[in-house]
Amino acid sequence: MSFKFEPLWTDILIYLLLAVVIAFILIARRREHLRAPWREVMRSKMAMACLLLLLAYLAPALLDSIHFRPALADANNGRVDYSTEVLSVLDVVATPLRTRAEKTYSAPFTAYLYAKETVTRADGAQVREFPRLQFGGAHLQNPAAERGGDILLRSLRALLAGGMIWLLVCVLLIALLAWRAKNPFRLMFDDVVRGRTGIPWHVVLCTAGAIILFIAWSAALSGYYHILGTDKVGQDVFYAALKSIRTGLVIGTLTTLVTLPFAMLGVLAGYFRGWVDDIVQYIYTTLNSIPDVLLIAAAILMLQVHMANHPDQFDTIALRADVRLLFLCLILGITSWTGLARLLRGETLKLRELDYVQAAVALGAGHAVIIWRHLIPNVMHIVLITMVLSFSGLVLAEAVLSYVGVGVDPSTMSWGNMINSARLEMAREPMVWWLLLAAFVFMFTLVLAANLFSDKVRDAFDPRLRKL
Amino acid sequence: MIAYIVRRTLYAIPILIGVNLLTFVLFFVVNSPDDMARAHLGVKRVTQEAIEKWKAERGYDKPLIINEGAAGVGKITGTIFFEKSLALFAFEFGRADDGRSIGGEISARMWPSLAIAVPTLVIGLGVAISFALLLAFFRGSYIDLWGGVTCIIMMSVSGLFYIIGGQYLIGKLWHLVPISGYDAGVYGFKFIALPVVVGVIGGLGSGIRLYRTLFLEELGKDYVRTARAKGLSERRVLFTHVLKNAMIPILTGVVVILPTLFLGSLILESFFGIPGLGSYTIDAIQAQDFAIVRAMVFLGSVLYILGLLLTDISYTLVDPRVRLT
Repeated sequence: MSFKFEPLWTDILIYLLLAVVIAFILIARRREHLRAPWREVMRSKMAMACLLLLLAYLAPALLDSIHFRPALADANNGRVDYSTEVLSVLDVVATPLRTRAEKTYSAPFTAYLYAKETVTRADGAQVREFPRLQFGGAHLQNPAAERGGDILLRSLRALLAGGMIWLLVCVLLIALLAWRAKNPFRLMFDDVVRGRTGIPWHVVLCTAGAIILFIAWSAALSGYYHILGTDKVGQDVFYAALKSIRTGLVIGTLTTLVTLPFAMLGVLAGYFRGWVDDIVQYIYTTLNSIPDVLLIAAAILMLQVHMANHPDQFDTIALRADVRLLFLCLILGITSWTGLARLLRGETLKLRELDYVQAAVALGAGHAVIIWRHLIPNVMHIVLITMVLSFSGLVLAEAVLSYVGVGVDPSTMSWGNMINSARLEMAREPMVWWLLLAAFVFMFTLVLAANLFSDKVRDAFDPRLRKL
Repeated sequence: MIAYIVRRTLYAIPILIGVNLLTFVLFFVVNSPDDMARAHLGVKRVTQEAIEKWKAERGYDKPLIINEGAAGVGKITGTIFFEKSLALFAFEFGRADDGRSIGGEISARMWPSLAIAVPTLVIGLGVAISFALLLAFFRGSYIDLWGGVTCIIMMSVSGLFYIIGGQYLIGKLWHLVPISGYDAGVYGFKFIALPVVVGVIGGLGSGIRLYRTLFLEELGKDYVRTARAKGLSERRVLFTHVLKNAMIPILTGVVVILPTLFLGSLILESFFGIPGLGSYTIDAIQAQDFAIVRAMVFLGSVLYILGLLLTDISYTLVDPRVRLT
């Protein structure tokens, strides 16, 4: 199948962010003062478990960030036409989930639709009943009798397979560790099981086991059932929840990337003082004094008006939704850089009086050199802590903003949009609860892991708490 | 003192002008009034007459900054900038799309907002401080550890789920209170109870953690060591000495948000059908009523600056060591 690579704006920024992170890791590896706090983070059992969970969230988000347009099947005389539908690698991996849509709501693991329909039987009689689903549980002859056993059997088989993979991973990892430490395998195995290694590998392996088992189980069952039900238009909720991961992560990370250049104004203000300081302080007090939600709402409303008046600039729905997502990150960044800028200004005011900066001045170093080489590296820990701490708040903010109607585009799959659509069905009997459940579980796990992880990172980096 | 207040109030003026310019640019320059009219009336098949009528109804049919057609002072006063933006300084908010006066709506809707926001703040503060004291008292023990973890878990749940869960459990399942609605006076209690409970629980996790840190910071200070050296019990140290001193940052932190309580909570009010300023704002956003959003942006920043001023003043009242110069 031929295709045309079609990166969206947010994709490019994600690649950029990834490159920055990798570069940072490579630099930090060689510098002891940067490695020390990270080593402390890596030694914490809680932090490692959370880190692994966050990486598990990162994987579908990255797969979902490689977009392309597949070629249409009927290529006419050598010229290849590309579909207007933009797909991602995750879409391809989850093709069965994406394409097997039902008519409307259906509960998790059910074989019947949520709403009654008039069905004509073979003998011509018309009855009102819950029709069978087109895909969910379609392989069952008599769902009422077979369903429980079928789910149990498939779950057991999937968990068994997952367990095997996990064992393989365990053996490979321990072998690798043993080879690196030049220890016999048995000895290393003993150390890992008893938790006598520097990095708590037993916790890593247990978390990895839980993640692998979940992936195996969901992969095996989502092929035969809608494991989290379907939504109003019959789309699989599990698929929607997976797609929402990217939205959540993009808002949580790119917003901070947007903040960085603005926050550097804080360094400038602290370094130059005088009128530069006055201007920067004036800008951030002004921005700060507008309630965040209102500023975001005003900006998004204006974007909507602009998009409505210039439909020609946005040719695909994906592009339109993507521009709105990017704009949301931008405006969230503009409302949230003020706190970081204030912190950086305060820290720079302190740093610029220190001996090493004075020495640099005496040696004739220019402003740019002093700021770039002496000040910015020494305030980076504040940037890092703020970045990690604000991540979970931003993920939560997305849900609220989407509820208000100034969040991501309604066509973008996000947890906020899921909650919003489920809220309208609260009064129905029986209740449509699976959309809420899916959004809750996915969001809660991500935010909890991020919160616990950021707590450890702050403890490791905050010099006030660190005892030397 | 009075000189200080006057000077701080004067400082606020450039900031408000900045806010005013920003909203002006956002609402009138980025998209011209024509664009807004078209977005409102439907982009396709809208006649120029309809646009002109829409603009005339709202007073948007004037030049942006300088009116060349008018004479004398009219060059400046007969413009959108003067009539729509500068008028905000006199709290002339104009009319909403439905023709009602925005100023009148704000003063009427303020009270339901306060009826929710004030109890939420007071009860929330009391509960959070009590739990934080408890954790600080048992610091380093398993109570402290698991209390901290519970706080993080509570912080990790989106506020929307607290509302939905509260409505489902208390309103739908147990039938204790109506799911939504509002009534002024004593009968309003049953409507207010649920939003307040949900609001308190939603803010508890972060509140407890913040105050616990404040208490622990105070516990490391010299006067605490002196108190202990005098032979005071740990309970006495914590509940009289530390609590009193820690109240300074806690209360001054609260003073900042006092004025903004008038704006109410966007989400709580719209979920529970409270006719306050929060739901007014949300409705305006969803109906794309630019006049209301603009008025609320301005009002919000005025209240925020008022909060900053009150904070500085309250510092001197609570802590005599701070002198305003």
